[in-house]
Amino acid sequence: MKPAPFEYCRADTLDEALDLMAEFGSDASVLAGGMSLGPMLNMRLARPAAIVDINPVETLAGIAADGGAVETGALCRQVDALGSPLVAETVPLLAEALPFVGHFQTRNRGTLGGSVCHADPSAEIPLALVVSGGEIVLERKGRSRTVPAGDFFDGIFTTAREPGEIVTALRWPVRRAGTGHAFDEIAQRRGDFAIGAAAAAASVAPDGGLSALSLGFGGIEDRPVLADLSGFAGAPATSGTAADAAALAADRANPIEDPKASAAYRRQLARVLGRRVLERAFQRAGAPPC
Amino acid sequence: MLRIAPGARHRVTVTVNGRPHSGFAESRTLLSDFLRHELKLFGTHVGCEHGVCGACTVEIDGRAVRSCLRLAVQVDGAEIGTVEGLAKDGALSPLQEAFRRRHALQCGFCTPGILISATQFLEANPDPTEAEVRDMLSGHICRCTGYEGMVRAILDVAGGAS
Repeated sequence: MKPAPFEYCRADTLDEALDLMAEFGSDASVLAGGMSLGPMLNMRLARPAAIVDINPVETLAGIAADGGAVETGALCRQVDALGSPLVAETVPLLAEALPFVGHFQTRNRGTLGGSVCHADPSAEIPLALVVSGGEIVLERKGRSRTVPAGDFFDGIFTTAREPGEIVTALRWPVRRAGTGHAFDEIAQRRGDFAIGAAAAAASVAPDGGLSALSLGFGGIEDRPVLADLSGFAGAPATSGTAADAAALAADRANPIEDPKASAAYRRQLARVLGRRVLERAFQRAGAPPC
Repeated sequence: MLRIAPGARHRVTVTVNGRPHSGFAESRTLLSDFLRHELKLFGTHVGCEHGVCGACTVEIDGRAVRSCLRLAVQVDGAEIGTVEGLAKDGALSPLQEAFRRRHALQCGFCTPGILISATQFLEANPDPTEAEVRDMLSGHICRCTGYEGMVRAILDVAGGAS
C-alpha cells in the first residue's frame, strides 16, 4: 500500500506542465487532487515513471462564464464548484450531482478534471458532463483541442486523452429557460461508488410537449452513456412519458455485472432512476405537475 | 519547476499545529507516513491508505483532507492541523470533551480523523442539521462504537456555538 518509486515533477505553470508531458508522454501521470490517482499509486495499480503535479498552476482552478458556457478549470476543486453561485444558477445538473461525489473530505481536494480523466464508469461528474452536452478542453505542447463529452469516454478508466495531453478545462453549456435537469443515484452507502446513476435534461415547449430530451446513465455500462430518445420528441412532458422513456432506455442498455450487482438489477435501477430523474426534470422545466 | 528523482531524499518544512517542523521525504512518501515516521507525530492514524476510511484525515491550509492521498513533497510550506493540536494547554477542545461525554469513541483508532473533520466542518457550517452531520461522517469508518454518539457530540457542540 505504498507507491512504487517515481520522479516527482512539480509544474508551476501550464507551459512547464506541457513540457513535462511532452518529455514523458505515456510514462507520466498528471496529479491534480489525487483522490483517484492516489489510491491507484498506493495499490500499485498505476506505476508511472513520473508524476506531473499541476496543483500550483492556479490558472487551471477557476470557474468562469464564457459565452453560452461555464468553463471550469481542470483543477477546480469539487467543494469550490459545489459552493459556486454561478454553478448553482447556470449548471444545476452539476450542482445536484456534486454532493454524491465522494465525501466532504475528498471533495475538499478532488477536482472536476481529475474525475473526468480517471473515467470511473460510476463517476458522477463525467455523467453530468455527458448529459449536459459539455466539452473537454485538452492541451499538449503547441496544440489545443476540444472534444465533446459524448466522444471522450471509451471505457473503464479509458478516455480519448492522448499521451502528452492534459485536460485543462471542462465546458458546461448554460441552462436555457424552459429546461430542467435532475440527478439521482443508488450506492451501498452515502458517498460510495454508484451502482447506478441517472441524469436527465429536458426542455418543455409552451404547449407542454418535449422540445429536447436527454437521459444518461452512470455505473450501468462501462462508461457514461446517453440513451437515444429521439422517438419522444414532441411527446407530452408527463409521468407516463417519463416511465416509457426510462423503460425504453433501460431495455436498450447493456448493463455490466460485478460482485455488487447483477446486470438485471442494474437494468432495473436504470428504469427506476431514469423515470425519477425525467419526472423531476420535466417539473423543473415548467411542466404541469405529473 | 521542481524535480525530485526516484529515491532521492527531499527536505520538507511544514507548520504543524502552529509549530515549524522539518524532515526528509522521498517523492513517493505519503504525508501520513511523513507525519508519523519522520515528524514522530503519531496522533494521525493510518487505515486503508486509499482514501476511504478517513482515519488519516488532517487539516491542510484550512481544509480537512486525506493525508494518505497527499505526497509529503506536496505540502512543503503548508499549515497542517492534526489531532495533537486540538487540546490547548492540556484542556480538551469542546468537541473532544463532547466526544468523551457522549461516549463517541471506543478503541479510538478512527477518532483523530473524525475530530479533525468535524472541527473543520463546524467552522465551515456552524449550525448543521443532523442530516448534514451524518453526511460529513459518511467520510469516516468506525468499526466499534457506531456513529450515534458522534452525531450527538457534534450536535452538542454545534448547539453550544449557536
